[in-house]
Amino acid sequence: MTVAEQPEALTFECETGNYHTFCPISCVAWLYQKIEDSFFLVIGTKTCGYFLQNAMGVMIFAEPRYAMAELEEGDISAQLNDYEELKRLCLQIKRDRNPSVIVWIGTCTTEIIKMDLEGLAPKLEGEIGIPIVVARANGLDYAFTQGEDTVLAAMAARCPNKIIESEKDERNPIQKLLNFGQKKEDTDQAESVFVDHPPLVLFGSLPDPVVTNLTLELKKQGIQVSGWLPAKRYTELPILEEGYYVSGVNPFLSRTASALMRRRKCKLIGAPFPIGPDGTRAWIEKICSVFGIEPKGLDEREAQIWQNLEDYLQLIRGKSVFFMGDNLLEISLARFLIRCGMTCPEIGIPYMDKRYQKAELDFLEKTCHEMGVSVPRIIEKPDNYNQLQRIHEIKPDLVITGMAHANPLEARGINTKWSVEFTFAQIHGFTNARDILELVTRPLRRNNNLKDLGWDKLVAEEAQV
Amino acid sequence: MKLAYWMYAGPAHIGTLRIASSFKNVHAIMHAPLGDDYFNVMRSMLERERNYTPVTTSVVDRNVLARGSQEKVVDNIIRKDKEEKPDLIVLTPTCTSSILQEDLNNFVERAQIDSKGDVMLADVNHYRANELQAADRTLHQIVEYYLKKAQKKGEIPEGKTEKPSVNIFGMTTLGFHNNHDCTELKRLMADLGIEVNEVIPEGASVHNLKNLPRAWFNLVPYREVGVMAAKYLQEQFAMPYIDITPMGIVETARCIRMIQKVLNEQGANVNYEDYIDNQTRFVSQAAWFSRSIDCQNLTGKKAVVFGDNTHAAALTKILAREMGIKVVLAGTYCKYDAEWFREQVGEYCDEILISEDNGEIGDAIARLEPSAIFGTQMERHVGKRLNIPCGVIAAPIHIQNFPVGYRPFVGYEGANQVVDLVYNSFTLGMEDHLLEIFGGHDTKEVIHKGISAESDLNWAKDAKAELNKVPGFVRGKVKRNTEKFARERGLSEITLEVMYAAKEAVGA
Repeated sequence: MTVAEQPEALTFECETGNYHTFCPISCVAWLYQKIEDSFFLVIGTKTCGYFLQNAMGVMIFAEPRYAMAELEEGDISAQLNDYEELKRLCLQIKRDRNPSVIVWIGTCTTEIIKMDLEGLAPKLEGEIGIPIVVARANGLDYAFTQGEDTVLAAMAARCPNKIIESEKDERNPIQKLLNFGQKKEDTDQAESVFVDHPPLVLFGSLPDPVVTNLTLELKKQGIQVSGWLPAKRYTELPILEEGYYVSGVNPFLSRTASALMRRRKCKLIGAPFPIGPDGTRAWIEKICSVFGIEPKGLDEREAQIWQNLEDYLQLIRGKSVFFMGDNLLEISLARFLIRCGMTCPEIGIPYMDKRYQKAELDFLEKTCHEMGVSVPRIIEKPDNYNQLQRIHEIKPDLVITGMAHANPLEARGINTKWSVEFTFAQIHGFTNARDILELVTRPLRRNNNLKDLGWDKLVAEEAQV
Repeated sequence: MKLAYWMYAGPAHIGTLRIASSFKNVHAIMHAPLGDDYFNVMRSMLERERNYTPVTTSVVDRNVLARGSQEKVVDNIIRKDKEEKPDLIVLTPTCTSSILQEDLNNFVERAQIDSKGDVMLADVNHYRANELQAADRTLHQIVEYYLKKAQKKGEIPEGKTEKPSVNIFGMTTLGFHNNHDCTELKRLMADLGIEVNEVIPEGASVHNLKNLPRAWFNLVPYREVGVMAAKYLQEQFAMPYIDITPMGIVETARCIRMIQKVLNEQGANVNYEDYIDNQTRFVSQAAWFSRSIDCQNLTGKKAVVFGDNTHAAALTKILAREMGIKVVLAGTYCKYDAEWFREQVGEYCDEILISEDNGEIGDAIARLEPSAIFGTQMERHVGKRLNIPCGVIAAPIHIQNFPVGYRPFVGYEGANQVVDLVYNSFTLGMEDHLLEIFGGHDTKEVIHKGISAESDLNWAKDAKAELNKVPGFVRGKVKRNTEKFARERGLSEITLEVMYAAKEAVGA
């Protein structure tokens, strides 16, 4: 045997930040759908509106509960009064849509002209009688999914504190309506399947089916989820008291996590994220360990899922994947794909919170060692031009990238998967592991179908980068 | 402040980028925050572009906000100059950067010292110009820059081409059917014995701009992009330009006759009347269509037209003048150029609407209840809601409006395409209407047992609720797969757990 090699540790590099990603205001696209009684008002320019209009595609025609407050020259030069203008628009929104909350999304322009949204909101809120939540989801500070982080961090401040006894019945009127006819004993009985543990609130916006699914997974371990931030409706935001436990379901929620810890005095359970069966299991185990619960049946559960994935795993085993980086899901996805048997030379990521993602990073390192592959280089704030040079050099089997580079790479014979799909697809929990691989293997399956046609490079040689 | 859900024309920098990225070997550097490079996504997706879009961002972040860009923009320009060796780099301000009021001109001058290629600042006010105005302006700016440069060096070729020749202006990336229109115009010019001197900006090299004055005249098919540059050439080089859009049989003939006039004034002695007559009566199907019984059935039917100036005006004239359709409302979102539009369509429609507010147009359509709409993607969706068919004739457009097949809107083939578009829109509406009168399609009822959705399995309440959350178009599949899974295991009740287990097993 040769000299025992010290297992390599993760390395972090930082490039120029010249990369393509979505503007964080895109979070309104999924958040207005998630929070059903909300209205999102993006205070910005034509550029912001143009982006949303094009990025949201057909959703825009479905009478979305979002709009632009389009700033005009008079607003920029302060010839118009911000407060009066916003009041006029918010009253119009109140009249037409009557939402339970208006979320103001601050943009680059409001930052530069220093419009005091946080100062205006409470005043206007008092005047028009609708809560106004301010989130500064701008491209100066954040990338893509971090937009949700800024909104949820602002929402965290609005979660009710200890519930007043007399209000108890009034909260959740809809839930009450749904439980109509259900006897009190049934509810008590239902609650008895849970172990006695301190309240747990999960944070991160997920489609309702995934919420049900993850809640059910924890229920199997006797863990009760007291609430989700965000809930289906603004009026149903979960109660947060000092000492509650919280856990994140997505890797890009570091501001929300610190808001919950510092301002709401909650205890954060730092765990890998429930993406992939390995991640889901580690997530559940970590929560169980905090509550002193012995997890049951996870071994078989995970093994069963892996077994069901075998047909997909055969397609990707031994192949390499390159993440250009744009949505902060990269670490968790890479970790899962390495466990699937892939190699990963590079993980690009817009922003790396090493504290919030600590458990996930450790898990990634461990996974690499267990699978006997070298650890990926993690590149924060990547430079897309440099990345393209590296891609053309190492020719990975799959590049996970934004739409700006997907077609040009395909034309040069390199398989790509559009990264934004991972943000909108259901990828959390045991059940959805198949959906992740469905996405990852799609280009490979397509190319298996086309491989004998002999036209994999469709660009003139001199046009290469 | 303005409450806006939708906009017809994009922000100014999009126009500049459309021009810059249409030229060969021209690179645009946006001075913009992260995420403003959405243009690259649109070009790569909509145009299915194989090459990397030559647009990068010099990112404006917190540091830039605090200290100014300092060396950043200059470094980025010089770096791009080395990496890609473009002929020209266009520094493109955005709405964000224009309120920072940095001296971008100074950056351009400094970068020019160390760059091999040329460097230029796009001169566009982001709060006053929209995408179309900016595109027109940027094209003018680039043309002027290179002609002045050539003048200074004495490189402008003397005289005109031997045979009559033309420059075609205004073909851009992300333009509505621009590439097909360009091919059709080249064919038309070939038919007329006119050489195409230069096409700008699409596919052109900036080095060739000095050859522009060699052409006998300039053709500007679109009202929105190219007029400024054409006017500049008229003033500086006494080049005549023709801005008649050859869209529809009558306008195409008018455009060709104008070309004839312009050429003959320069001593060409051409006569295109026989060509026009032959094309109109026998080659193109559009004139014959207007006489046919099909078109007779359209007489007096009501239509609403809305779009950019070029397409809305041309379609209004085609519908009213060539097909006998009653245009109850014609409108444009080119507010800045409303006068022109009124003048063009005044006699061909009942009502004119100049607006950038999609709600106003939607309301007008609902009020007028036309049999068909010709508009943008927004009007298509209004039509869907109101059950009125819609043909898309102008941007904003989706990926289906970038067809792979040959679909010009100009020239004689363009006239054929417009006939199909118009006729298909109306007959679809008729068919729908007839179906309703005769009781509708009966295929929604189950005929074959094979596609029956009924089952003997019992769905638990929560599972049923979960199933209902599955999007409609896959719900049937999920249901069938779950039931198959349950049957195979002899389960009679489908609970949430069974549902998830089925999904895990088969990916239902």
